[in-house]
Amino acid sequence: MSSRRSKVAPQYDVIVVGSGAGGGMAAYQLSVQGLKVLLLEAGRDYDPVTETPMFQTPKDAPLRGSGNADKPFGFYDATVDGGWRVPGEPFTTAPGSQFSWWRSRMLGGRTNHWGRISLRMGPYDFKPKSRDGLGEDWPMTYETMAPYYDKAELLIGVYGGDDDLENTPRSSPGVLQPPPAARSYELLTKQACEPLKIPVIPAHRAVLTKRQDSARLPAKLHPGNALAQRVLRQSMNERMACFYATDCGRGCSIKANFQSTTVLIPPAMATGNVTLITDAMVREVSLDAQGKASGVHYIDKLTRVDHHVTAKVIVLAASACETSRIMLNSRSTLFPNGIANSSGVVGKYLMDTVGAGLSAQIPRLEGLPPVNEDGTAGIHMYMPWWNYGEQKAGKMSFARGYHIEFGGGRGMPGPGIFGGLESFTQGAYGRKFKEEARRYYGSFMYFDGRGEMIPNEDSYCEIDPSAVDQWGIPVLRFHWKWSDHETRQAAHMQQTFAEIIGKMGGTVQGTVQTDGSKAIATGGSIIHEVGTVRMGSDAKKSVLNEFGQTWDVKNLYVTDGATFVSNADKNPTLSILALAWRSCDHIVEELKRGNL
Amino acid sequence: MSDELHDAQHDELREDTKPMSNPMPRRDALKAMAVAAMVPMLPESAAASPAPASREPLPLLNELQQQAKRKGPRGTPSDPVLQVAKADWPRKLLLRELATLGALCDMIIPADGKSLAASTVGAPGYINEWASRPGGDSSLVRVRGGLAWLDRESQARFGKRFHLATNAQRTAICDDICYQPKAKPEHQFAAQFFDTIRDQTATAFYTTPQGWKDLGYIGNVAIPTFEGPNAEIRRQIGLE
Repeated sequence: MSSRRSKVAPQYDVIVVGSGAGGGMAAYQLSVQGLKVLLLEAGRDYDPVTETPMFQTPKDAPLRGSGNADKPFGFYDATVDGGWRVPGEPFTTAPGSQFSWWRSRMLGGRTNHWGRISLRMGPYDFKPKSRDGLGEDWPMTYETMAPYYDKAELLIGVYGGDDDLENTPRSSPGVLQPPPAARSYELLTKQACEPLKIPVIPAHRAVLTKRQDSARLPAKLHPGNALAQRVLRQSMNERMACFYATDCGRGCSIKANFQSTTVLIPPAMATGNVTLITDAMVREVSLDAQGKASGVHYIDKLTRVDHHVTAKVIVLAASACETSRIMLNSRSTLFPNGIANSSGVVGKYLMDTVGAGLSAQIPRLEGLPPVNEDGTAGIHMYMPWWNYGEQKAGKMSFARGYHIEFGGGRGMPGPGIFGGLESFTQGAYGRKFKEEARRYYGSFMYFDGRGEMIPNEDSYCEIDPSAVDQWGIPVLRFHWKWSDHETRQAAHMQQTFAEIIGKMGGTVQGTVQTDGSKAIATGGSIIHEVGTVRMGSDAKKSVLNEFGQTWDVKNLYVTDGATFVSNADKNPTLSILALAWRSCDHIVEELKRGNL
Repeated sequence: MSDELHDAQHDELREDTKPMSNPMPRRDALKAMAVAAMVPMLPESAAASPAPASREPLPLLNELQQQAKRKGPRGTPSDPVLQVAKADWPRKLLLRELATLGALCDMIIPADGKSLAASTVGAPGYINEWASRPGGDSSLVRVRGGLAWLDRESQARFGKRFHLATNAQRTAICDDICYQPKAKPEHQFAAQFFDTIRDQTATAFYTTPQGWKDLGYIGNVAIPTFEGPNAEIRRQIGLE
């Protein structure tokens, strides 16, 4: 790293804004190529090795670890200064729109707490419009992306099976980690789904079930790059395999699961090519007289001083909507509607995942002998979408699919554990209550659908001219609308869950909604918000080319979920990582060619 | 890396404090405004005169650097220290109320052949923590109102407070309020209260090591391999 003692601002090759999946990957890939990177993170520095509450129990936490407005996913959740609200950083929603926006302000962003579910998009997912006429196609194919999925999976470590189903592609041989054994309730669900012809297969999650092969993988991932191989080998050697305890949502001090702060940022820093500044809230990309991006303005949150830093290339990965916000706030004579927004598409085509859930009580799971079902603290099995053929044949009332995530069993007893027991036991108390608790413990399950939303004109974000945050930055206003494709899909989820629960001999808790608008989760609340700076093959209808490079400003790239053209039911993080890797390869090549 | 970074910030902050000359570039003007915004926090002398040209940092700026150096949680509600957590708000229930509450907790989860009673593992203390929490005013009203009702009801029926009544007498009251759908109209509030305390007592009890043992939760331990269910469980749930 160049000396910072000089009064002359250091010259960076690349400024990366954001340190989550997209930014962490960019910092890693660019720094191992020898580029000087300035990594800016709006939150505080965060070290999962020392900060993760491994093995802490609910009893050790206030209110037994239950969630509140400051820590909505519970006391131990690895979210700093965030959740559904960020102190001093509001957003607004347009009249008639409901939207939830989960943010965190910490190194590594939301990769610290996510569910680690890592599903590839398939061939149909890249060309949805070609298949059914709705939405838009991506500018590349699955075949183009498959090698990057392989590499991303090898880098972060993903467990899964070798099933090869329609639009649910398998990874190349040797890429995935072994899947963990199924739990009793997962096996029971698989059995119940057989007559329904719903496949139940090993889930793919970014958790190491064995240590990575640090002797072989670095050379495979970075052929001919001694620096990359050295830092990756060191990083892989620091990662342990899962020991099947402690919720992944707390983060992982033994680095068994993927989070940017354990897998991407340490090797990036080890190159010596990265300068990291935390508490740096980027507000604007600056433009030079030639119409190229010259740098970014950020506010140091501790001093409230405004800074300007410069580099040859700017990579935005602040999270989908935050990236849009920065671009829309970067106004100039050349780009009065925001930088690189000649198409007017920045902020548009915001998507989330369709979510609907149903809970059940399963008598066959009552009163079982003690067994440790913590596992990888996430799903071991799931159901990929199984009705592609029916949809293609026009036999369904909605166009796109969903997968099912499900859980239950004998997990760690936490707050609210027997909240529903009054109705199950007709008001038991005393010795009877204790007997009923023993009987019912482990017999509750939930089923969650995670479905594709088709981008629409009515779901977008824009700058709210009437509000700023505490840093003086104009905030986002969200507009949101589901189409019938999504609400009918949510109703179908409910019907499917009820059928599965029925086959298991279980009892549905609550109501099976036939009206999907009553079952569907609020937009944004599945925390898969993507789009708003989409890729495309037409500069009039998109902001980015297939490499995440803006059409208008060739040295400005986006590598987070903002780039998404569609939002397949596959959870987005793995795709963000694969896409970011490919974007970085393009940046390196273009810099070499002198094109940036 | 971090030292160099802080040196750089240090320099930049010192730049801000140099005497100003006009005309001022826009960026410097903004910085000056940012410094001006901090003035009320500065010692009076510093606020009254132009910032010193000294290369020594001002005390305030020094403190900011310290802050910038600090890693780890900042101890705010949205960034609490997770490793040594505690519920540090004042408890509001009186000893008198805790006596009644303890008796009710033990009616819900009494000792039996397998495990202790709820009060033995601290359930009343937990419910006090919960009902006293910031923003928990409606919970506190429900708990206090319910406890007051319980003592009055016991006094009216048996001439003594709830915790001094016999087990049979307490059972007579609990039977009336333990199930909301069957509670008489005049007992609706008491039944809601009872269900709240049942839920909270269960939360308190079953999140302790004793409660885990009672239920047969044997996780939260590091194990080298994860096995699926054994043959006995597979048979019981009907997989074999």
